[in-house]
Amino acid sequence: MSDITCTINDKSVTVPRGTTILTAAAMLGIDIPTFCHDPELSRYGGCRICVVEVKGWGQLPASCVTEVREGMEVYTESEKVLEARRTILELLLANHPDDCLTCEKTGACRLQEYAYRYGVRKGAFPGACHAYPVEADNPFIMRDMNKCILCGKCVRVCSEVVGRSVIDFSFRGFHAKVATPLDSGLLNAGCVFCGSCVEVCPVGALTEKQRIGKGRPWELDSVTTTCPYCGVGCQINLLVKEGRVVGANAAGHGVNGRHLCVKGRYGHGFIHHPERLTNPLVRKNGQLHEVTWEEAIQEVVRRFGRIKQEYGGQAIGVLASARITNEENYLLNKLARLVLGTNHIDHCARL
Amino acid sequence: MINLMDNCCSKCTHSPATPCSNYVLCRTAGPFCHTDKGCEEKRKNHINNVRVPSGGNYQQIIVCGGTGCTSSGSARLVDSLKEAVNEAGLSDRVAVKRTGCHGFCENGPIVHIKPEGIFYTRVKPADARDIVNHLADGQIVERLVYRDAAGNSYPHFHEIPFYAGQTLILLTNCGHIDPEQISDYVAVGGYRSLVKVLQHMTPEQVIEEIQLSGLRGRGGAGFPTGKKWAAARRAAREIKYIICNADEGDPGAFMDRSLLEGDPHSVLEGMIIAGFAVGSHQGYIYCRAEYPLAIKRLKSAIQQARQWGLLGKNILNSGFDFDIDLKEGAGAFVCGEGTALQASIEGLRGMPRVKPPRSTEKGLWEKPTVLNNVETLANVPLIIQMGAEEYRKLGTEQSPGTKIFALSGSLVNPGLVEVPMGKTLREIIFGTGGGIRDGKAFKAVQLGGPSGGCLAEQHLDLPVDFDSLSSVGATIGSGGMVVMDEGACMVDVARFFLAFTQKESCGKCTPCREGTKRMLEILERMCRGEATLDDLADLERLCRVVKNTSLCGLGQACPNPVLSTLQYFREEYMAHIVEKRCPAGVCAELVRYRIDENLCRGCGLCLKNCPVQAIRGQRKQPHAIDDSRCIKCGVCLSKCKFKAVVRS
Amino acid sequence: MTNSIDEIAGADLILAIGTNTTEAHPVISLRIRRAIQRGAVLVVVDPRKTELAELAHIHLQIKPGSDIALLNSMAKVILDENLWDKEFVESRCEGFEELVEAVQGYTPELAEELTGIPADSIRQAARAYATVGKATLLYTMGLTQHVCGTDNVLAAANLALLCGQIGRESTGINPLRGQNNVQGACDMGALPQFLAGYQPVADETCRKKFSEAWGGPIPDQPGLTVGEMMQAAIRGSIKGMYIVGENPVISDADANHVEKALNNLDFLVVQDIFLTETAKLADVVLPAASFAEKDGTFTNTERRVQRVRQAVQPIGNSKADWQIICALAEALGLPMRYQNPEEIFNEMAALTPSYAGIRYERLEKEGIQWPCPAADHPGTSILHQEKFVRGKGKFHAVAYLPPDELPDRQFPLVLNTGRRLFHYHTGSMTLRTDLREICPTEQLDVSVHDAQCLGLNQGDRVKVISRRGEVEMTVRISETVPRGMVFASFHFPEAAINKLTNHARCPKSNIPELKVCAVRIEKV
Repeated sequence: MSDITCTINDKSVTVPRGTTILTAAAMLGIDIPTFCHDPELSRYGGCRICVVEVKGWGQLPASCVTEVREGMEVYTESEKVLEARRTILELLLANHPDDCLTCEKTGACRLQEYAYRYGVRKGAFPGACHAYPVEADNPFIMRDMNKCILCGKCVRVCSEVVGRSVIDFSFRGFHAKVATPLDSGLLNAGCVFCGSCVEVCPVGALTEKQRIGKGRPWELDSVTTTCPYCGVGCQINLLVKEGRVVGANAAGHGVNGRHLCVKGRYGHGFIHHPERLTNPLVRKNGQLHEVTWEEAIQEVVRRFGRIKQEYGGQAIGVLASARITNEENYLLNKLARLVLGTNHIDHCARL
Repeated sequence: MINLMDNCCSKCTHSPATPCSNYVLCRTAGPFCHTDKGCEEKRKNHINNVRVPSGGNYQQIIVCGGTGCTSSGSARLVDSLKEAVNEAGLSDRVAVKRTGCHGFCENGPIVHIKPEGIFYTRVKPADARDIVNHLADGQIVERLVYRDAAGNSYPHFHEIPFYAGQTLILLTNCGHIDPEQISDYVAVGGYRSLVKVLQHMTPEQVIEEIQLSGLRGRGGAGFPTGKKWAAARRAAREIKYIICNADEGDPGAFMDRSLLEGDPHSVLEGMIIAGFAVGSHQGYIYCRAEYPLAIKRLKSAIQQARQWGLLGKNILNSGFDFDIDLKEGAGAFVCGEGTALQASIEGLRGMPRVKPPRSTEKGLWEKPTVLNNVETLANVPLIIQMGAEEYRKLGTEQSPGTKIFALSGSLVNPGLVEVPMGKTLREIIFGTGGGIRDGKAFKAVQLGGPSGGCLAEQHLDLPVDFDSLSSVGATIGSGGMVVMDEGACMVDVARFFLAFTQKESCGKCTPCREGTKRMLEILERMCRGEATLDDLADLERLCRVVKNTSLCGLGQACPNPVLSTLQYFREEYMAHIVEKRCPAGVCAELVRYRIDENLCRGCGLCLKNCPVQAIRGQRKQPHAIDDSRCIKCGVCLSKCKFKAVVRS
Repeated sequence: MTNSIDEIAGADLILAIGTNTTEAHPVISLRIRRAIQRGAVLVVVDPRKTELAELAHIHLQIKPGSDIALLNSMAKVILDENLWDKEFVESRCEGFEELVEAVQGYTPELAEELTGIPADSIRQAARAYATVGKATLLYTMGLTQHVCGTDNVLAAANLALLCGQIGRESTGINPLRGQNNVQGACDMGALPQFLAGYQPVADETCRKKFSEAWGGPIPDQPGLTVGEMMQAAIRGSIKGMYIVGENPVISDADANHVEKALNNLDFLVVQDIFLTETAKLADVVLPAASFAEKDGTFTNTERRVQRVRQAVQPIGNSKADWQIICALAEALGLPMRYQNPEEIFNEMAALTPSYAGIRYERLEKEGIQWPCPAADHPGTSILHQEKFVRGKGKFHAVAYLPPDELPDRQFPLVLNTGRRLFHYHTGSMTLRTDLREICPTEQLDVSVHDAQCLGLNQGDRVKVISRRGEVEMTVRISETVPRGMVFASFHFPEAAINKLTNHARCPKSNIPELKVCAVRIEKV
């Protein structure tokens, strides 16, 4: 494959054939805004916010789907481009609720970011605005189609990556809308609530129910860790505000990339569950009673000591765990064999 | 009577399983493989039944079976005529036949007597007996003969001014053969081009011939057909597809429908030739489901072509395989766009995708695909038959051939016409079309549907071809031509087309989905007298952005009706915006009705008919209209016998 | 796994045996889907019509427990039709003659009788597996939780060796492990016969290495497995147990038996984050911190060692497990003093060759797949590339063995158990999240045919009864189970399905036969 040389904003760049203008621009450090483009998904070219001017072309092509050609002269912020980009933003805002104050996406919203970057406000085009009911028929995903800009990322991720095609476009023209079959809601559509659609949504159309009011993006600490569920070892970010885990998302790398399953994304409520054990318990007169750590440890030492003394270490068994860390399993191993003097150590590897 | 397509005797062995390369020619000039007077006679008879040569004893009553005539009752007319022929005992020498559209739809149902060429218009079942009498005694039924506005009568088909200005080569079969009989098509020379191609030409030669002919796509874009085929031929893939785009969706366009209904085999023949040329073995016809008659005739044509071995394996023993399937569209206008159409065939939502890759590289199911429209494909057998050189004599240098137009609107003769490329608008509208109806003045002509532009008086002498029109912001489009008289409001016309595109936008790209909505809203405000000059500036900006940034042709072209009316009828926009006035008196909310006190006799007819009791007045006293109540329905105006109600 | 998760997407054929991947390992199923989009063939062996089976090009709907008949028969077809990889077998394997002899009797027709799979489908699958460029074999508990579980895996391994579908990218034998750190627990020596890194405790050199490092003696006889410990507890030879982060009362086969065993102990310590059904039986319960409250590492199913990072402080007075263990050791008179988990890790890595080159700082960006013997080693994504651990790959002659308990007149249905998408293991975590809202309770999957025969309707309450116990639950009529089979998960303590399952175990690995036991259903 031969290379192609073109100029973008008068800077020359050489890229492999088949490279899009968007990618070539990125190589020069030129940022072109996008809504519908996603490197993991098929090329779409629908939002048109990434249009650029190419010398000699009548149309403004979408840079995310247009491949560079030899000698092409591209301008990413020309007058014509700016007019188009501002107009497209105005058109999107004209049909978008004006509620950044309470929107969960505020601070992480592309529409907000670009409106700010290009100095565009709502109000250029008075007229009809959607008034769809917000869909929240399930515990995890809120769908507010009034905020949807129809970039189609959710549709593509659901069909191309997750392979379920739970949602697709319905209706035409101004009434086009991403919907479940017969608009019957995610629960009825066979959604597995993996949340990949939420992950790729560039605006506040898809948000997480669990996180409503739990903190703005900039208030959250993000701690990358490994999912505690199955053996895939997905990398997740635990989102923390004021000492509490308020949500999780995919870390964007590791085996899972941006994808998780419903457990990894939405199954962390147990961490702060009121039934968590917060103190050691010791059985007295048949009942478990809260005690101090010292008392509990002493009780264990006393009872194991007696068994060891009377029957030897071989009378003690240890079940390690497929949940706890390597370090802890190693220590248990050491505790069993060295301290308790037993090789009876196993765990539920077979379940 | 034997079917022409049947084997004459046991010596003829042609079948789809054992094809004979001479099959088609043999039907019209055979038999070749054996000498038998009887066999020859049988064939000659049949051909005469179709062609009806003059001088013979045999006569034919042709009844138009196009959609227009069918809706005016031509099916019942056929029954009445058959009955009358039987009653008159003429059934052995007079046949009644139903054909495709004659194009003269305004005057249907149409009856055409062959071989004399007598042409009857607006025929009712009750006229059947008189027509049959004519056949018996040679007396023309005067009352059914076409008369123009001036009262001149034209009993013969070729004299009628509507036809006189036309060059019927694509439509010639439409009014003559039974579209549901493959034998009729073969009898008039059908499938001979296919024979020529399969027996005497290489795929490269076919492509070269089409390239030499200069044929350009009749779907609107005018892309050279030969170039498209050559690109698909070059694509080194095993599986390729031919698609016939029969998703004709422009308001007021019915060229393709008439071809499919009247001469479906010409399209099939074009597709098979295209398949041979590019190396494809499968074709699809994507026809809109709103064309039930076209679908019925296509189905029967495909079935018959398969039955006689003209579709399927080893066509005419050439070793070439080709078959065609029919896909019915679900009614989305955007599916006329090539990539959306392909998505729809694949079973997906009909949404366009970005090009390139072009369809000739990656089309249907990612395979190289040639997508041609109906009229383009119908041209193919013609070019092969007459040769590129002869074909080029028609039309202009850059746009050879003829073009079919669907004339509609305020014309004397709306209907379907075929003229050589390069005729002027004036020749088409005022010549063939007979000029403006009711003696009104010409105002504008809208070409090419929602993607096209509106042209004005000053453009009437422009030649109609691909290039001349684009220079003034219009397009030939697929051939819809809507003529408007002085009573049309151009702002309202723009609003109408925007309402159409907005509804039909697939919703994929932002400018088309959201932009057309806001353009429509601005136009609606203009029509209500609520718009400002800022709105006009916004409208012009939206036109620019939607045109420059939309994903597919639908969006890129949809500002054209607005841009062209803005360019040629700007003063009308200004009247709506600044003076809050609709000069044509079309925009209801800008119209005011009042009663001229001097003319009003106080008869009370308007008062009685007003649906909202907006008119008051004593009997025999002048009446008055209460503006606050009036809904501008215009009933008072139409009821007043004294011309006292005035619209302003 | 011999290979890596990412490689699945690149396979030309995926042979998935007894794995309900879309529910149990959803993110791995994304790779399977990507492979299919690329044109790969998916062959699924499963008695149930799982979602994966629906995706499959070839679904071999096998009678439970007859995997060896199928796999041996596939091997026979491949041998008979000369489709095996002669070069690979000659240069890298041994025991070929034993294999040839062992599979000789397994004609596809015989296999059809034993497995219920049409002989032609077996041939079709065998040809496809043997002839594609890259075939990967995935399996989970559907293959292993049988009395012949170990032999099942060996039969699968035979097939991979025979066709040379191992040691290359996108091939291999890949068990998908069901729990976050089950791989790590095994690696760390939480197995009776092994010290960390699968160093046999019975081997004197290994033992010596550890006892020198640890500063004390280690018993020399391999210990008991879970199941054996439970038996020993009932017999009275095990008197005390320390159970950390496990809930055997719900998760182990024949739960009533487990409960009896634990009740028979003199002393039981349970360490967990919730008061699980097992913890409720304890004499002492120690509150542990969850994964979000501590640092450390987990090792995933593709042997990738990845960081666990503390996000919040331990809840209440709970403590990280490592801190509790250190405290216990100290109180028991053998101090273990570590500042942090990293120190523990480094000590372990020094004793464990396959982890020797891994350090926390190397794990900062992404995990490393063991074996990683040195600080400059990149880790190993594909095992057995040049040679097998033991040198040559060994074919094992294995024979079909029917399940321990088959249906009879008294208990006419097969109970199959497994997992559901929305919950995890014994539900101690997921049942305390919003996941409970979407999947509030367990339902028994019953086939349409059986429901008709038994007069059952959707939502009926039934008693499911086996020789070992009974459980009440709600019926869901489902097309996923074949006639004669019912299915339920073990996620819900209120429908503790393991009260019914059979404690018969594979003699080699001690895995219980959780996939087959005989039950009957009675309407409540």
